[in-house]
Amino acid sequence: MLAWLAGAFVAPRTFAQVTSNQSPVTSHSFQYPLEGYQSQFAPVVPGYQLRFPRDEGSHPGFRTEWWYLTGWLDVPDGTKLGFQITFFRARLRLDDVNPSAFAPRQILIAHAALSDPAFGRLRHDQRVARAGLGLAGASRDRLEVWIDGWTLHQVGPGYRASISARDFQFDFTFAATQPPLLQGVNGYSRKGPDPESASYYYSLPQLKVNGALTRNGKAQSISGSAWLDHEWSSRYMDKDATGWDWIGINLANGGALMAFRMRDRQGGRFWAGGSYRSPDGVTRTLGVQDVVFTPRREWRSPRTGTAYPVSWHISAGALAFEIEPLMDDQEYDTRLSTGTIYWEGAVRALQHGKPAGSGYLEMTGYWRPMQI
Amino acid sequence: MMRAATLRALFHAASAGALHDNPGRFFLALLGIALGVSLGVAVHLINASALNEFSLAVRGLTGKVDLVIRGPRAGFAEELYPKVARLPQVQAVSPAVEIDVPLSGSSDRLKLIGIDPFRMAMIQPALLAGMQNQITDLLDPDAVLLSHAAADWLGMKAGDTLRAYVGTTSIELKVAGLLPPSAYRQRLGVMDIASAQWRLARLGRLNRIDLRLHPGVDIAAFRHDLATLLPAGVIVTTPDVEVERSASVSRAYRLNLDMLALVALFTGAFLVYSTQVLSVLRRRTHFALLRVTGLTRLALVRLLVAEGALMGVAGSTLGVVLGYGVAAAMLKHFGTDLGAGYFDAISPALHVEPGALALFWLLGIAFCVLGATLPAIEAGRRAPALALKAKDEEESFKKQRAMPYGMALIGFGLACTQAPALTGLPLLGYLAIALILLGTILILPWLVAVLLPRLPAPRFPPALLATAQLKASPRHVAISITAIVTSFSLMVAMLIMVGSFRNSLDHWLTRVLPADLYLRAARGGETGFFTSEEQARIAGTPGVASVRFLRSQNLLLGPDRPPISLLARPVDAGAAHHTLPLTGPSRVPRADEPPPVWVSEIAADLFQYHVGDHIILPIGGQAMRFTVAGIWRDYARQTGAAIIDRDLYIRITGDTLANDAALWLAAGASLQQTRQALRERLRGADGIDIAETREIRATSLAIFDRTFAITYALEIVAVLIGLFGVSVSFSAQALARRREFGVLRHVGMTRREIGIMLGCEGIWVAGLGVGVGLALGWVISLILIHVINRQSFHWSMDLHLPWLALAGLAAALVAAASATAVWSGRRAMDRSVLSAVREDW
Repeated sequence: MLAWLAGAFVAPRTFAQVTSNQSPVTSHSFQYPLEGYQSQFAPVVPGYQLRFPRDEGSHPGFRTEWWYLTGWLDVPDGTKLGFQITFFRARLRLDDVNPSAFAPRQILIAHAALSDPAFGRLRHDQRVARAGLGLAGASRDRLEVWIDGWTLHQVGPGYRASISARDFQFDFTFAATQPPLLQGVNGYSRKGPDPESASYYYSLPQLKVNGALTRNGKAQSISGSAWLDHEWSSRYMDKDATGWDWIGINLANGGALMAFRMRDRQGGRFWAGGSYRSPDGVTRTLGVQDVVFTPRREWRSPRTGTAYPVSWHISAGALAFEIEPLMDDQEYDTRLSTGTIYWEGAVRALQHGKPAGSGYLEMTGYWRPMQI
Repeated sequence: MMRAATLRALFHAASAGALHDNPGRFFLALLGIALGVSLGVAVHLINASALNEFSLAVRGLTGKVDLVIRGPRAGFAEELYPKVARLPQVQAVSPAVEIDVPLSGSSDRLKLIGIDPFRMAMIQPALLAGMQNQITDLLDPDAVLLSHAAADWLGMKAGDTLRAYVGTTSIELKVAGLLPPSAYRQRLGVMDIASAQWRLARLGRLNRIDLRLHPGVDIAAFRHDLATLLPAGVIVTTPDVEVERSASVSRAYRLNLDMLALVALFTGAFLVYSTQVLSVLRRRTHFALLRVTGLTRLALVRLLVAEGALMGVAGSTLGVVLGYGVAAAMLKHFGTDLGAGYFDAISPALHVEPGALALFWLLGIAFCVLGATLPAIEAGRRAPALALKAKDEEESFKKQRAMPYGMALIGFGLACTQAPALTGLPLLGYLAIALILLGTILILPWLVAVLLPRLPAPRFPPALLATAQLKASPRHVAISITAIVTSFSLMVAMLIMVGSFRNSLDHWLTRVLPADLYLRAARGGETGFFTSEEQARIAGTPGVASVRFLRSQNLLLGPDRPPISLLARPVDAGAAHHTLPLTGPSRVPRADEPPPVWVSEIAADLFQYHVGDHIILPIGGQAMRFTVAGIWRDYARQTGAAIIDRDLYIRITGDTLANDAALWLAAGASLQQTRQALRERLRGADGIDIAETREIRATSLAIFDRTFAITYALEIVAVLIGLFGVSVSFSAQALARRREFGVLRHVGMTRREIGIMLGCEGIWVAGLGVGVGLALGWVISLILIHVINRQSFHWSMDLHLPWLALAGLAAALVAAASATAVWSGRRAMDRSVLSAVREDW
């Protein structure tokens, strides 16, 4: 998915862009130590056979990786909320022979956000840490990733996430109702015309969520449905792409749709793709030509002045949906941890004005072109 | 209205006239006060700036932290960090490695801090936000980011190479950039924690963990619980205590400087007193006339006090301005160090506390008013009729009412010397000096009255006259003597104290430097060491008969105490008094007792250790029991030190590294050749420092002299002010005795003979003053040595009287006083003294 790719790349640059336009110092900073070693990162090639649960774990040989959980929650009072939990892993250097337990080989970043229309904008928090000393890390062979008390890990047949943010706490379990949905060609998902620009990518749609949400010191039990993306890559975004739009929808009929497009400098389609799993479990992969994103309405952020097309018409193969946000203001300022601002929020999928599903929409590169 | 106008007119008539009459003397007094105030202001400003900078710097290091876990120089095992980070009360945690590294190519060292920027961001977001893209640069294993102070000091910029010693070899770090100016104020470099552990040979070790707790956690209770989790010698403390502890090291030194400035101010006030005495004498007929024409006694006193106040305002203002200028210039050109080395890693900015400036300004005025009040009361008390006749009243002075008070003050002062330090400062010691000084001044008239009749009556007529004159005017003698006693006693006290200190240091250096050659892995810093292999090579060098290696670490014994040094070296418990400068008996622990430790006097004072005590020292993360086998004198490590046997140290810690080596040469081996051989055998180890004993001695004494340079400067100023006082009081006498000179001329004495007479008077007076001053100075020096120094710095010294210097100074002072007397008399005689005889009628 798209999580936001740059996450991983920008990760070490943490804090970097906060005031990057004022910075007298180098902006070459992140790239140069990596450039020489890029070829040493594990490449994403077609033909790799994803296996579970092994591939649910971390792939430390790749440059970036993320586990991206998004979904809708039903609160006892009847309101609907959106939530997002992301763990990023970024590998800094491959030649690092420093025997120190603190050697910054892998950097982990976690984001958590809550979309509450009553609050009107996102509440979010983040963590950054180098892997090591047991305080932060990502296990191989099974899903287990954590930064201090923020954890996402496999429990029995499902998963559990515990997030203790500044303004809220999540303690959610996720139960799979469907097998993993391999994106692209058996999990090999291209992001551009260059075959090296690709990721390994699978999704778990229609996850059943249960657990407790704590806000203002009060815990509420919640239920809902979620979507997990797990994606790893050594070269995610093509140099000619400037950002992307991504959507994942849990359809009301039990089906699932994922669609994304990479945008070029003119804002047009640079690349696109997706997949559709029908209620009966038949999956269809969507090619570049199958996915069309058409903006319907823009919303301009009062904080950054950035305009985001928060309402879309999306056609994916034979399917077509209107997309409406849970609330307009789901702009996400992660400059403190990953150095960018984007829009990531809960959306409704409608067909001819009637609810057809609920999902998450991510739009990057509108604030400034995504840089890798 | 009327009153005010009258006063103003009076002032013009009386005071302004006097000013016109003798502007030089007036300005001298003004200058005296100005000097005293300016000294106080300058010393205070420099110290306040240093302290402010220091505290800002320390705060910059600790940030918005609730608690700080701190280990000794050797640090603690990094496993503590995840353990602490997982505690439920902890919200954010930031580990750090802190090391002073010796820089190659110089004798300087630089503090390097290894941080985890991601962790630090949780605790100090502002600092990290300022670092922007540098986080990425920082993760490079060779990268170091320098503070602006460090970059300026080293003359380095981004892209330069910083070379530092680890062990005896040099490593290269790349200056990846400068920290934001607001980040750290002191000279330091920041590295990534992983790079610091690796490149600076600290793998697995941390020195500090900063903690922020969840809101609502009881910090004190948590701190208490946390302390039980920590290894021995690792402490948990609050940032405030960190700042306080850092400042406390220099607190006594700062107080001592402030006290010296006060002494100067006091001497300045005495100058004002002398000037006013003189000027009242000069104007006595004016005042008498004013009194006769209706001016009340109170109004006259007010007028004279107002004069003093005015002088005070002018002098104080000038002093504050002057002091400010001096402080600014000192800070710009010399830094905040003031010679003692407490503040050498920070770059100062003048920090002005208006309250303190106002205090010094008011203090100057207060001293002036005080100096002017005594003569004013005298002038007011004088009966106008007598004053008109210009007849001096020796009789009022003969009552000696002050004597019992003086005795009481001296007694009280002596009692104060027995008191312990207050809050670690020798406040009562200073009070004792002030009381004894004041008491002596009060009993001086009585002392003079007792001593004068015992003066021998010489044959030589002018000398005989001089003796007779002095015997007849004990009041004048007392005033003159006061000036001499005050300034000379302080000078003597300082001379004896500094002389004793230097002498004791010299002896101490002889004791602690018994070998022929000394080797150090690096000049200062914490990363210099000799490996076992290098130690073997040193020991096997041709010409070396025996070697003693020393490992130096430090230990934290309490949160509010600076760390003490731990020195591990071979010591033969039975013969410790041969190798250590013990201050008392040594005691070999019995077989059933813990192993011996020899603690320095400072450590013994600070932690109340006594010979025979069983104490606990946290060595290598374990609480080890030791028996205090002896207490030794240490002038080198101001925060305390403890010596244990190196074999024992190695058994406890497994650390076989050494920092220093003492080498004894084989018979017939030459120093030069052995040095050369050592250099060759340690080729590649370019960080080592080889010094002969005499070089170390010379350097140590040079450092001592530099440390006391500021003290000497203050002392000279105080003495100069004192000499002004002598001159003023002799002038006053000469002026009062114009009629007498006239009479003497009438009866046939030549001017030369009068000059000789005055010279003799000067010699007698100065001799008396110097005698009393010597005695008083000796008493004060004892207080300085045994109370002030002991309580301030916890080191003892042996009394050493620099007789030659004292005798020379005494002679010089007597000569100067005598010359001043002659000169003052000459001035008085320049007028037509012959006609002065008629002034009475």
